[in-house]
Amino acid sequence: MTNALTLSGKGLGKSFNGRAVFHDVSFSVAEHQTLLITGHNGSGKSTLMKIICQVLTPSAGHVQVGRADSAGDGGRDLFGFVSPYLQMFEEFSAMENLAVAMGIRGRQWNKREAAALLERVGLDPDRDEPVRTYSSGMKQRVKYAFALLHHPPVLLLDEPAANLDAEGVSAVRSIMAAQRKAGILVVATNDPGDVDTPDVMVDLDARR
Amino acid sequence: MAWKIFMGVLLTLVIVLGIGLPMSPHPQTWYELPVIPGLEEKARIIFFHVPTAWLSTLAFLTSMAYAIQYLRKRDPLDDIKSSAAAGLGFVFCVLATLTGAVWAKFNWGSYWNWDPRETSIFVLLLIYGAYFSLRSAVEQEEKRAALSSVYSIIAAVTAPFFIFIMPRIMTGLHPGAKGDPNGAGPVVEFKMAPPMRVIFFASLIGFTLLFIWMFRLRVRTAQLEQAHHAKG
Amino acid sequence: MPGDSTRMSSYARSVMSVFLKDWRSELRTRYAMNALLMFVVTTIAIVLFSLGSEGAPSDALSGMLWTVIFFSAMSGLSRTFVMEEERGTTFTLQLLAPPSAVFFGKLLFNLVLVLGLNAVTILLYLALITGFVIQTLSIFLVAVLLGSLGFAAAATVIAAIIARANTRGTLYPVLSFPVLLPLLLTVINATRLASEGAYFQEAYGEFQILISYIVVVVVVSSMLFEYIWKD
Repeated sequence: MTNALTLSGKGLGKSFNGRAVFHDVSFSVAEHQTLLITGHNGSGKSTLMKIICQVLTPSAGHVQVGRADSAGDGGRDLFGFVSPYLQMFEEFSAMENLAVAMGIRGRQWNKREAAALLERVGLDPDRDEPVRTYSSGMKQRVKYAFALLHHPPVLLLDEPAANLDAEGVSAVRSIMAAQRKAGILVVATNDPGDVDTPDVMVDLDARR
Repeated sequence: MAWKIFMGVLLTLVIVLGIGLPMSPHPQTWYELPVIPGLEEKARIIFFHVPTAWLSTLAFLTSMAYAIQYLRKRDPLDDIKSSAAAGLGFVFCVLATLTGAVWAKFNWGSYWNWDPRETSIFVLLLIYGAYFSLRSAVEQEEKRAALSSVYSIIAAVTAPFFIFIMPRIMTGLHPGAKGDPNGAGPVVEFKMAPPMRVIFFASLIGFTLLFIWMFRLRVRTAQLEQAHHAKG
Repeated sequence: MPGDSTRMSSYARSVMSVFLKDWRSELRTRYAMNALLMFVVTTIAIVLFSLGSEGAPSDALSGMLWTVIFFSAMSGLSRTFVMEEERGTTFTLQLLAPPSAVFFGKLLFNLVLVLGLNAVTILLYLALITGFVIQTLSIFLVAVLLGSLGFAAAATVIAAIIARANTRGTLYPVLSFPVLLPLLLTVINATRLASEGAYFQEAYGEFQILISYIVVVVVVSSMLFEYIWKD
């Protein structure tokens, strides 16, 4: 297939205050594969995740992502991102958050699709209360809907199981399985049990 | 090394001759400075005041140039240079303000008159002050470098507006301002007698060399400090 | 392949959505509006107390009007960026939109705030301060509109800078003043001309300065915003 999606990093490094968090990280994943990033707390997992989705500029190296026929197309819409430090716009309801997100992406808003997605992650689409009033587990579910609504080819999950109960974790497992069918899955975690069969692994503890 | 000795000799001569040479209304010999009506002995400040004002502007532009360079290349050394230039610019800006204020007291009757040039240097002082307040308010080095670079560029593109605004708001008192019988213009043009002119330009060159020397020293110490921090 | 026109409209939708998000959030919390309004009322009251029943020359009154506007604006215009930083939604926005779309959306929001602030301040000022009359309305209106745009542009980019600093307290007016001073001096001068009944043509110079200031600040800020916004 010439039109395959790939995600690769070459010689990535990042330093803050002149100190390297990690250096010389390289990887390459193809469509339908999973990239697993491990390392202890403070090893730079989140930093690497932010570099992959091109929010953070690496101090060294570069990330390439896209279809083979549209080289260099590293737009924001290629990525969906879930993490504990991602914050929703808390004065808005879950549905409003999704509408705001699609608007800021500059894309068409489809309320029915959004409602279906909220139900899929286990939330009531008609709930009008602002996200501020949600429990942390419910907030985590909103983030999944927020990350999936624009059908990103690359889904990045930082600590995917954070704040979730057993039912939530099993929902996440089915989301991960669906993403592997649809594109690329990237997971950063302390607990390798979160991911069944990673295709590519990056251990940041070895890259300090 | 040689250029530092040259600088030392040059500045010594400027100080000795600028202060020491006698003034006379009708200069007879090469070493007598002519009297400028209305300025008399007070004219001697031109050898020290103008170079400091020139350096505060030069330093500001140097700082902005390295700020642009930093944003393009993200080399921490460019940020060190940018802030070193700003630090020196601030010192010379204070010196220019003080020498100007002292002179204004004797020539115009009060230390501060909100003449266009006084207002401009006041704004330059404010910009330097704001730049260093910003630097001290950001802890992370990369962020501090990027934010202060952006600020110095924004300040540098808005400051030139004063050139157009000042003449519309106030008339100047400063030599070289509009209405000065000796000629108007953005750069002060004096009808300087040859000996004065020689000392004046020697002073400009000497002070510029002094700036380059101090700038390199500051950059080196900042580099050493940073290396020390990274180790410890 | 999306054409240029769809890409353009998608970008415009991003900008509008950033603006609308802030606008709806502001309508719910009224944080910036309350701060601005309280500052206007307080500062005008101080001006009134200090003037007493005596008037002041028109250039002093023009200067005071814009002093009231400057300090009131400093109380509320940084909110749009500081709020994102405090709630941790800067990263969320970074994921969603290109930096320049965020900048222009926030600029639009601050422009609406500044226009509202100026309208309220000027109406109060005209009603309460005796001796302040506008004789050439055309000069005054053009100066206020251009002044608001320039003010919003500079205030927005400085707000973005201070939002990323660790200590923000007094930083906002300190950083804004030198950058805004050329604009302030020009609108003060135009206001003085308007209150002295000058002909419209006499303020052309002021308008030229204001327009070039707006162009320079908007272009340079939108180019540099990425360096402020991205870590």
